[in-house]
Amino acid sequence: GHLRLDPKNPTDPDRDRFILSKGHAVPVLYAAMAERGYFTVEETMSLRKLGSVFEGHPNMRRMPGIEASTGSLGQGLSLGIGQALGVRIDGRNSRVFVMIGDGEMGEGQVWEAIATAAKYKLDNLVAIIDQNGYQQTGATKDVLDLKPFAEKIEPFGWHTQTINGNKLEEVLPALDKAVAEKGRPSVIVSLTQKGFGMLPVLEAEGDTNYHGKPLSSKLAEKALALLE
Amino acid sequence: MAIGELSGYQMGQATRDAFGDALAELGDEFPNVVTVDGDVGNSTRTEPFALKYPDRAFNVGIAESNMVSVAGGLAGAGKTPVVASFACFLMCNAFDQIRMSAAFPNLNVKLVGSHAGISIGEDGPSQMGIEDVALGCSLPGVAVIVPADATTAKKATRAMLEHKGPTYLRLGRPKVPAIHNDSVDFQIGKSIQIREGSDATIIANGLMVAIAADAAKKLEADGLSVRVIDMHTVKPLDRAAVEKAARETGAIVVAEEHMHHGGLGSVVAQAVTETHPVPVGFVDVGDVYAESGDPMGLLEKYGLTADKVAQTVKTTVARKG
Repeated sequence: GHLRLDPKNPTDPDRDRFILSKGHAVPVLYAAMAERGYFTVEETMSLRKLGSVFEGHPNMRRMPGIEASTGSLGQGLSLGIGQALGVRIDGRNSRVFVMIGDGEMGEGQVWEAIATAAKYKLDNLVAIIDQNGYQQTGATKDVLDLKPFAEKIEPFGWHTQTINGNKLEEVLPALDKAVAEKGRPSVIVSLTQKGFGMLPVLEAEGDTNYHGKPLSSKLAEKALALLE
Repeated sequence: MAIGELSGYQMGQATRDAFGDALAELGDEFPNVVTVDGDVGNSTRTEPFALKYPDRAFNVGIAESNMVSVAGGLAGAGKTPVVASFACFLMCNAFDQIRMSAAFPNLNVKLVGSHAGISIGEDGPSQMGIEDVALGCSLPGVAVIVPADATTAKKATRAMLEHKGPTYLRLGRPKVPAIHNDSVDFQIGKSIQIREGSDATIIANGLMVAIAADAAKKLEADGLSVRVIDMHTVKPLDRAAVEKAARETGAIVVAEEHMHHGGLGSVVAQAVTETHPVPVGFVDVGDVYAESGDPMGLLEKYGLTADKVAQTVKTTVARKG
């Protein structure tokens, strides 16, 4: 993996950081952390239940390994800048990755942060924009269309790449290039499709927009069978 | 007559100047301290630190939201960020960032708001922080500190850096009387009694402490013995001192350069009600926005004077059961 960290030592000052600015996607982060060994998959089954540390949005106070408490959109990149400046002052080689939603790009603070990261030439900072095209009430192009992201961010002084985020063979080299870039921050605009991998099941039902709503148990069974 | 003159106080530094001097002096002793500014460092007085430690000072431009979250990230990386702006822009503009990037994750972020109150004068109400204490107190785990003079502003700066967790330090623009000696014991959450009295107690902070002392002096001539407490920490409140004042003097007046709701007056009234109910009176900016004008004229017009405090003490004492 590109994140150099040790689940057994989650506060290691030399660790890489991953900040999920689009905090509503945290179930995916919990699943990835379980794969990495922070906890078991079984433990994550308490998701969103009273008393569980697997809260509905990331809560760094309750879960080691979570690098930022997010859920109010727009703040993750700024938090990443602070982390990147902090480790740079100390001469550490840590890298900071921040994932942002395309709808989240409507928050003005993200653009403040884009300018600031360029000012400080933070080459230890990588932003990933998950451009899945949907937000709360509809298609991002209809709600507030801010595309194209790479073309807008590059003039601030960033290195940019636009990839198909559903293809691992594009994701991994893009991450290699992003961390290798010197003298400026790097952004990967990751074009993704919601429900990728289970699309045949969703298409059969005539509804592929699953933003913030779970699959019915019937569809979930079909989707899981397809994924396996 | 100047503020504090009746009490024999000499005019001293502004609390923002004392903070700025202290921060620059403490830079070596606290190597993790960094500053994050929204391009007003020459007003908030983080500038001396930034000039002395340029590699530890970040001016992110006129972008308070980003400024506060960057500070949160620095705290996450083990730094002690001091993030400063005008009280109104810091607490009002960036309140959600303070909530999500400092308070909720309990990060070691040191918020500093200068130009608090109406005594900033001519720049007018858009620049006056009069809601900031209420906003700060509303956040779980955030300590809210309002020093009255230069000596305690310096000590508060050290105390804030030593404190683990988010803090809000409220500072003023104008020069204020020197009330305390260097030997004063300043601890977050522990009030300082500056005058003994048995008929009533004035609990004040910031600029209003010197005005409260003047009021107590005036009331002496009317035969009233009035205690004065510098309640420099609004949260966590020194409830023991409030309860003791209620029990021993039977009437309390709270004086602050803040709007009526949610500030020192509100938290003291809650503490009195819960410990030893006695009449409580209030001297504050009220429920209005002020206007542009000279600082002394504004304090007079909006009732932040020794005469108004003295009058409020009398009416509050008259309500004793």
